[in-house]
Amino acid sequence: MRSTLAVYLRLVRVGLRTQSAYPLAAVAGVAANAMFGLIKASILLAAVASAGGALRGYDAATMAAYVWVSQALIGLVQPWGGSQIAASTRSGQVAVELVRPLDVQGAHIADDVGRGLFGVLPRTLPTLAVGALTTGLFLPHALAPYVLGVGSALLAVVLSSACRYALGVLGFWVVDARGLQTLYMVVGSFLAGLFVPLPLMPHWLQALAAATPFPSLLMAPVDVISGRVTGPAAYAVLAHQGLWLIAAWALGAVLTRAGARRLEIQGG
Amino acid sequence: MTVIRTEELTRSFARKGTRRHPLARPEQLTAVDGLTLTVEAGESVGYIGANGAGKSTTIKMLVGILVPTSGTVRTCGLEPVRQRRTLAGRVGVVFGQRSALWWDLPLRDSFELLTAIHRIPAAEASARTADLVERLEMGPTLGTPVRQLSLGQRMRGEVAAALLHRPELVILDEPTIGLDVLSKQRLREFLIEQRLEHGTTLLLTTHDMGDVARLCSRVVLVDHGEMAYDGTLDGLAAQVGAERVLVVDLAEPHPDLTGLPGSRHLGSEGEGLRQRLAFDATATTAAALLAQVSARVAVVDLAIEEPDVEDVVRRVYLAQQRDG
Repeated sequence: MRSTLAVYLRLVRVGLRTQSAYPLAAVAGVAANAMFGLIKASILLAAVASAGGALRGYDAATMAAYVWVSQALIGLVQPWGGSQIAASTRSGQVAVELVRPLDVQGAHIADDVGRGLFGVLPRTLPTLAVGALTTGLFLPHALAPYVLGVGSALLAVVLSSACRYALGVLGFWVVDARGLQTLYMVVGSFLAGLFVPLPLMPHWLQALAAATPFPSLLMAPVDVISGRVTGPAAYAVLAHQGLWLIAAWALGAVLTRAGARRLEIQGG
Repeated sequence: MTVIRTEELTRSFARKGTRRHPLARPEQLTAVDGLTLTVEAGESVGYIGANGAGKSTTIKMLVGILVPTSGTVRTCGLEPVRQRRTLAGRVGVVFGQRSALWWDLPLRDSFELLTAIHRIPAAEASARTADLVERLEMGPTLGTPVRQLSLGQRMRGEVAAALLHRPELVILDEPTIGLDVLSKQRLREFLIEQRLEHGTTLLLTTHDMGDVARLCSRVVLVDHGEMAYDGTLDGLAAQVGAERVLVVDLAEPHPDLTGLPGSRHLGSEGEGLRQRLAFDATATTAAALLAQVSARVAVVDLAIEEPDVEDVVRRVYLAQQRDG
């Protein structure tokens, strides 16, 4: 059991090192995150100001925190639809992965989590720094939000990998899952609260979002890290993320098992 | 012990025609058609056939990554699809077109990871890795990211990766494709060594009859998904004729070298400066033929061409049409 865990932790490290082979991508990522952060900040801060300084529980400082924490988490959580399983199904490389004594799903998620975690140093922290230097941002002074926040962000990273794996493994049926990935990206990033914080959305849309795992990808860790949700409520957020993770993982496992029976490996 | 046993193994694919009516029933393409094959431990089988003959499809079913349409298959006594992960620990596969190595990491890391994935104890893992590295002369490239290796260097890495866990059955799908003569030779010598030392069972698909001649004690030839021949290479040669081609470069232009006993003139280039002569290796020898040519005209250079797999397949096909 311990050696099994060790193997998958190694794969996390491999993902991390693979991503570190492309440092320029991280620099470009920070530039993009910071750029969109500035745009988001100017629009959302203007909205708060025009509402008289308070908008659905946000003031200027907490809104700035929302903007920059959400931007900082993009590189980590990767709320887009792409995944290695989709790419390797399309190319047929999945054949090689299937002839290893490994759980394909576990191996893919481990690698993907590693790739995400690489973003902490070169993407998350610089983006936060840009926010602090430009609009400024309010961050809590207590320790608890950070400890819980790290937990929530980790859950979000793993959940994101598990969701994108489940989406990508649909390629076992359709070969090319790119259309589905685009749908996931558009709907998912919106419902995750990437562009507008969920409390600002109409109630019916909030209800719709709550029925999906997407808020757990971004809104949840943003709320916990920025101290908007604290105490027992913060634990509840983490538990909620955990449940979505179990659900997404189970779905991916079922799809993998069913898909492996009808997969036609591409290429001779 | 039987390592591979298939009975009436069949796999067909639905292929949608491009110009057909969209509602038309998809065309069925049978890639492997009723293949019955048994391979015993320690055998070395060359699994040959033209492109699209069903070789790769067979291999995918043998390792459990493709579900047969009908028939049965057992590899190392296991049911490949159901017991895929267990089987993965007992076979080593090289898919010539794909890499089992981690593209962005140094070669060394791939070996470390694979030994960890196969749960090989650390001491054994490093001894086995060191042995393979030495024999395949990979020492200087261990620290190089895989994406920067040459094809020959990478293929040696792929073969080592497939052998790290000492599999009972090694399946090599086009292992020498694209390699230069020297790299091919080195890889073949290595595989012969491994078989001698570990008694590994080897199944090899290739387009290169040289691979078969040097590595395989048995040849299985498939054509359109069906077995066309199963036996020794000599037997195959006897069936289709062991015709080889002697290419001679002459000192001066010469009329076509026809009428030499045991040979057939195939063609001339450069006003007869280079001529190609087919001869039956069971009836005469290259040396005897060369002596006959030399008696007529001075020979500057020569080469002997082996038949390629496509050629053999075509001749088997023709022979069977003639007999049937």
